[in-house]
Amino acid sequence: MDRVIIINIAYIVSAALFIYGLKELSSPATARRGNFISSIGMLIAVIVTLLSKGIVEFQWILLGIVVGGIIGAFAARIVGMTAMPELVALFNGFGGLASLFVGWAALSGKGITTFSIVTIFLSILIGGVTFTGSVIAWGKLSGKLNGKPVLFTGQQIFNTFLMVAIVACGVLFALEPANLNYLYAIIALSFIFGIMFVIPIGGGDMPVVISLLNSYSGLAACAAGFAINNLLLIVAGSLVGASGIILTQIMCKAMNRSLSNVLFSGFGSPKQAKGEIEGTVKPITAEDAYYILEAASSVLIVPGYGMAVAQAQHVVKELQQLLEKNGAEVVYGVHPVAGRMPGHMNVLLAEADVSYDLLMEMDAVNPRMENFDVAIVIGANDVVNPAAREDESSPLYGMPIIDVDKARTVFVLKRSMASGFAGVENPLFFKENTRMLFGDAKESISQVIREFGD
Amino acid sequence: MEIVFLAFILILAIFLGFELISKVPATLHTPLMSGSNAISGITLIGAMVSAGSGESQAATILGTAAVVLATVNVVGGYLVTDRMLGMFRKKKAGDK
Repeated sequence: MDRVIIINIAYIVSAALFIYGLKELSSPATARRGNFISSIGMLIAVIVTLLSKGIVEFQWILLGIVVGGIIGAFAARIVGMTAMPELVALFNGFGGLASLFVGWAALSGKGITTFSIVTIFLSILIGGVTFTGSVIAWGKLSGKLNGKPVLFTGQQIFNTFLMVAIVACGVLFALEPANLNYLYAIIALSFIFGIMFVIPIGGGDMPVVISLLNSYSGLAACAAGFAINNLLLIVAGSLVGASGIILTQIMCKAMNRSLSNVLFSGFGSPKQAKGEIEGTVKPITAEDAYYILEAASSVLIVPGYGMAVAQAQHVVKELQQLLEKNGAEVVYGVHPVAGRMPGHMNVLLAEADVSYDLLMEMDAVNPRMENFDVAIVIGANDVVNPAAREDESSPLYGMPIIDVDKARTVFVLKRSMASGFAGVENPLFFKENTRMLFGDAKESISQVIREFGD
Repeated sequence: MEIVFLAFILILAIFLGFELISKVPATLHTPLMSGSNAISGITLIGAMVSAGSGESQAATILGTAAVVLATVNVVGGYLVTDRMLGMFRKKKAGDK
C-alpha cells in the first residue's frame, strides 16, 4: 500500500481518538481516560508521520522531541496546583510559537501559491499573537508583571494602526513572497499585537483571556495545517479553536459582559462607586465564628481567588470535615469566573481531596440560599457583590452572582477592606447578617479549626 | 477544489468541537483547557516534516525549534492534565 494512504488512515484514527477523548472529558468519572485516549491519538500521529516520504533526516526530530519532552515532563511534574493558570498559559504560548515556525518553514517548500501564502501569513500572525499574548498572560498570572490593566491614551488608535500595518504587510508579502523583509515585519507586528492584546486586561478578566488564547493556539495549528496541507492539523486545530471559543463565551456570559467589553475596556481600572453604603462592618473573632458554625446545620463555602493566593484549600477541606462530623451539611458554591482561569477553584479543591459532587454551580446553590445557616466567603469579592443585583450604577450591575447575602449568616474571610479587582465597593460587607473575619484566609480558618479542637 | 475540500473539513470540525465542548461541566473546565491545549500541540507533526525535510538549513532550524516547542506543549499538556484529573475523585459519604 502507498505510504501516503497508510499515513492518512492513521491520521483518521488519531482524529477519532481526539474526538472521543474530548467526549470523555465531559464527565469527571471518565475524564482521565479521555485524556489518555487523546494522548494515544497524538502518539499515533507522531509515529506515523515519521514514515512520510518528505522526512529524510531523523536526528533533528529526535533531538527536538527529547529536549521538548524532558522540559514538558519536568514542568508538568514540578508545578504546584496554584500555579496552574500560568503554566497553561505558557504551554499555550509554546504551541503558538511552534505554529509560527511551521508556517515560516513552509515558505521554503516548493509550489508556493497565493493560497498557501495566505495560510502561511495566517499561521504566522495567529501563532505570533498567541505566543506573546500567552507570555504576557503568564507574567500577569504569576505576578512577574503587574496584574493591573495597562491603558494609555490613543491605545485604540495605535491598535487600529497596528492592524492596518499587519494587513498591509500581508498584502505586500503575498505579492512578493521572496522578499523576506515583509515576513520579518509580519512576525514583529504580530508579536507587538499579542502584547497589546493582553496588557489592557485586568487580573480578574484572565479567565476570558486564557480561554481565548487557548482558542488561538488551536486556530494557529489549523492555519499551519492549511499552509502545509495537513488534514489532521486542520481537524485537531479547529476542535481546539472551537473549544476555546465556547469557554470564552461561557466566561463572558458569567460576567454578563461582551467579549469586546472584556478586551478593550480595561475593566480593572478603579472606578468611583456611586451611592453611600449604609450599615457598619462587623468584625468577629475566630471564637465567635466557631460558636456560630457549631450551631449550623447547613454551610455553604464560596471560594475565590483569595483562597488560591492563601493556598487555603487544604484547611478548607479540614473545616469541611469538622463541620460534617458535627452533623452539618457542607457544599461549595463555585462561580464560573472565580479565580484566574475557567474551573480554577474546582482544581484547587480537587487537590485538597474535596469530592467533586459537593462542588455546586451558581444556579444550583442560589435557589436554596435561604436555607443555608452560614455562607463562608473565602477570598471572593466581586462574584458575591449584591451591587450586581441591586445597584444599577455599579459597573458590576447585571453580572450573575452567588447570592450569599440571602443566607442566614455570612462570614467573609478577607485580608482587609480593600475592594475587589474591579475596584467596586461591596455592600455585602455592611449587611446586617454579615460578619467579617479579617486576616489571611488560611490563618483564619486554622484558628476556627483549633476552636473546634478545644 | 482542494481548498473547498479543506474548508469543508474545517467547518465540520468546528461544529463538532462546539458540540463536544458545550457538554463539559464547569468542574472540568481547567482540565479541558489544558487537555485541548495539548491537542493544539498537533502542530508537532508539521514541525517534524520541516525538521526532517533536509530541504534547506532554514527549514531544518525552524522545524527543529518548532519540534521542541510543540513537544513541550504536547508532553507537558497531557501530563499536567493527567495529574489534575487524578485528583478529581468522588468520595463516598463518611469517607475520610
